[in-house]
Amino acid sequence: MRLLDALRFRIANLFKREQMNAELEEELRGHIQLRADDLERSGISRGEAERRARIEFGGHVRYREESREAAGGMFLESVWQDLRFALRMLRKSPGFTAVAVATLALGIGANAIVFGVLNALVIRPLHVPRAQSLWGIERGKDNAVNQSFPDYLDLKERNRSFEDLAAYNVTAVGMDTGNNPTSAWILETTGNYFDALGIQPYLGRFFHASDEHGPNSAPYIVLTYAYWHSHFQDDRGVVGRTVQLNKHPFTILGVAPEEFRGTLLIVFPDFWVPLVNQEQLEGVNVLNVRSNRGILMVMGHLKEGVTTAQAVADLNSIGTYLEKTYPKDDGQMTFTLARPGLAGDWLGKPLRAFLTGLLALAGLILLAACANLGSLFAARASDRSREIALRLALGSSPARILRQLFTEAALISLMGGALGLWGSVASLRALSVWQPLPTAPLQIPVNADANVYGVALLLSLVSGFLFGVVPVRQVLQTDPYRVIKSGSTGTKVRRVSARDVLLVAQVAICALLVTASLVAVRGLVRSLHSNFGFEPRNAMLVETALSMAGYNSEGLPVMQKRLIDALKDIPGVQSVGSVDRLPLYYGANGTIVFKDDTIDLRPANAAAQAMVYKISPEYFDAAQTSLLAGRALSWHDDGNSLRVAVVNRKFANKMFGSELKALGSYFKARDGARIQVVGVVEDGKYENLAEDPQPATFYPFLQKPSNETCLVVRVKGDPRQVGAAIKSTIRDLDAGLPFTLRTWNQELESALFPSRMATLSLGALGTMGALLSVTGIFGMAAYSVSKRLKELGIRMALGAQRKEVLQAALGRALKLLAIGSTAGLLLGILASRVLAAIVYQASPRDPLVLGGVVVAMLLLGLLATWIPAQRALRIDPMKLLREE
Amino acid sequence: MTDQAQLLPGTLDLLILRAVSLGPLHGYGILLRIGQISGHALTIEQGALYPGLFRLVRQGLLKANWGTSENNRRAKFYELTVAGRKRLRQETENWNRLATAIGTALGTQAEEV
Repeated sequence: MRLLDALRFRIANLFKREQMNAELEEELRGHIQLRADDLERSGISRGEAERRARIEFGGHVRYREESREAAGGMFLESVWQDLRFALRMLRKSPGFTAVAVATLALGIGANAIVFGVLNALVIRPLHVPRAQSLWGIERGKDNAVNQSFPDYLDLKERNRSFEDLAAYNVTAVGMDTGNNPTSAWILETTGNYFDALGIQPYLGRFFHASDEHGPNSAPYIVLTYAYWHSHFQDDRGVVGRTVQLNKHPFTILGVAPEEFRGTLLIVFPDFWVPLVNQEQLEGVNVLNVRSNRGILMVMGHLKEGVTTAQAVADLNSIGTYLEKTYPKDDGQMTFTLARPGLAGDWLGKPLRAFLTGLLALAGLILLAACANLGSLFAARASDRSREIALRLALGSSPARILRQLFTEAALISLMGGALGLWGSVASLRALSVWQPLPTAPLQIPVNADANVYGVALLLSLVSGFLFGVVPVRQVLQTDPYRVIKSGSTGTKVRRVSARDVLLVAQVAICALLVTASLVAVRGLVRSLHSNFGFEPRNAMLVETALSMAGYNSEGLPVMQKRLIDALKDIPGVQSVGSVDRLPLYYGANGTIVFKDDTIDLRPANAAAQAMVYKISPEYFDAAQTSLLAGRALSWHDDGNSLRVAVVNRKFANKMFGSELKALGSYFKARDGARIQVVGVVEDGKYENLAEDPQPATFYPFLQKPSNETCLVVRVKGDPRQVGAAIKSTIRDLDAGLPFTLRTWNQELESALFPSRMATLSLGALGTMGALLSVTGIFGMAAYSVSKRLKELGIRMALGAQRKEVLQAALGRALKLLAIGSTAGLLLGILASRVLAAIVYQASPRDPLVLGGVVVAMLLLGLLATWIPAQRALRIDPMKLLREE
Repeated sequence: MTDQAQLLPGTLDLLILRAVSLGPLHGYGILLRIGQISGHALTIEQGALYPGLFRLVRQGLLKANWGTSENNRRAKFYELTVAGRKRLRQETENWNRLATAIGTALGTQAEEV
């Protein structure tokens, strides 16, 4: 308590200085008046009395100053003094200052960036009122967020925990305002979406549950502010206007407020449309199919006073009811709650894991920077031992000297922090406007806010303290007498000093980062050259959804066949195939299948979970997926013939034991239809590059029509040469069909995006770690050479060889480097297991990686010790000895 | 416990505490009271009182409030805090012990050694 009181008193003093001085003056003058009153009473004149009182009081100015000091008022002055002194010292050694500030700026900047992203995506909730009570519903042990619409309705009607439940989906539509049809990303939502979230319109009105009256009954649009701004030039007259979505008229109702950009933190839609119009928007209506879990997410605000545990129990009792009532469709209906911003665990889990890992690495970087600066400061303190000894001898207290050193440390850390923050704010701003994937409305809205500034300030102060504290013991142990007499620090040479430990730790951290980044880079390179089960080179992709031009069920395969035939006629095109969704495209379709003899088709009895692709007959040719056995699909596999499918090797082995046994055998689809296997193709990558082989099935699109269409155009030579021809061909067929045209390699960018990001981040951190290591080792080596110049000079005078001199000068630094690198490498190997989840085949036991790390660390060591070594070798013993 | 030399560089602090222990006083009043209770045996330069007063306030042994003196002048009145009262008791005991010891030592005759 006393300490707190004293502190409060001092702080109060800082602000009350003026008042305090005035009061002190008044008190002293008052004293003299009181004394004069007494003297006057004894019969002296007033003037004489005051004169005598002043004399008796003694040195007025002196006592005033002494009183002020006694009251603690000197604190501020001495801080100011320290600050000016620190600035002077730093200006005297600009190199040291620059290195220290830059080191810290890197460390703090890296942390601020990673924290900024974490803050924006994980910590900060969605921009909706009462975000703390808004939860999304996850299902089953895999924490899937997608639900079927009938299940959603049951959950909504039967739960007693939520104020309301809303559901939404993300899809692309063709938007035509009268001139050029473009494709736009929309959120299809239930009518109660805005009301359930509690959002108010910026302009016009929102749609409500009361606007829905069955399929296609609510042709309304609510625009996002950004889309209104970019596509309608902030035109307030837009409300009430009719536009064409997929060739159907929709009315614009209003505009959402600027800060509300949908309910996914990283996906920015262009507008919202009621889900009841699904048939017009997606070409099919599956809202009444309980087994189709096509709803991306269900969410709502918990009622006042309802805990999450109560809500989960409530949902689970509905789940039990659903399992019992719909055994065919609903298995594993257990529920949990998750934050809706990142679609629960779907995006959230990998993102959180990645960011946490990155934050840990960035923390290590900062720690390395602090270790680095700590040894720099220790070296500096011992270089200044003479000055410190002198000050101690002249009566300065050790506390005062430490405060001086800490002021310097704090100054450097604040400068470094400011620089780092500036850099990170700029980087975050760049990251915010960056659209990583050209075809998806993906954005990372991560502008810095007060949290980021606070963290940067905190990190600066903490790191300032961390490296400021390193030389403390050194100062406390300084014996002024010995230092001034002998010129050495007078501390005993310990076998292992704190500085050595710091350096080893730092090198280890660096080696860890280098290992991790090399593992990631290797994995990325390998994933670019692995077998995807298709050939991405020399292929153009045309992606579209036929519903965007108004095609539906029966019209879909007809139009697809027309497209394929037309594109095949372009000169240079070898083959054209169609698939509903490309492998490695985000959001792959999968479903359960049953063995042919399974009667009870409840999900628990499923034999496998398999990817589903709906393809045209020539798809395998166009994708260059090799057929291992049987036949490919043909134009005769249509609605009138037997249901057939081609499966991959994994499926054949899992379901039937071998590829040959699979041919001609049957399995049952989710709906119970018997399907005959007519061919087996090689395994491929379907969901992500890091996955193990998984079962896949390929159905003829004539038997299973699909609105989503991706045409693979196999070309001889550079695929871009046919781009113009493809465009004009499609425009000739239907000018109102929006589509995107890219090479397959470009498309793969999105599949590679996570591992690329991981590699990039790790590479940046690894480079930073390497930089820090170089400066750290350099500092240590340079310092040890300069400390031992005299000794080395004597050795050389006595005939020591260059090698021996180098060994004496740098042996310790190199030994520490070796120990640190080994430790870091071992740590890196352990940590790389974590990486394996993101980066394809990230194996640390790769000789190339191990060799790379060793070579990198050797190079770093060489780089860092080069200048000190040169200096040691250039020692002229005569000159050196003469100087003393 | 604490370093007495720093907290009590002279006997002035002890005298101030003692003077104030009898009731709140302003600076001039403290001087008069010290003169009174010490039988005017001590001469203190008047201004020297103030650094001591401020030091004691900062240490939390005294607290000060503005008030009006007996002849209607605005003056700052000092009084003991709880900590101050405790400190006065300790210091008095210490002083007595020290005084006894020194007195005994100085009073010892040669043959008694």
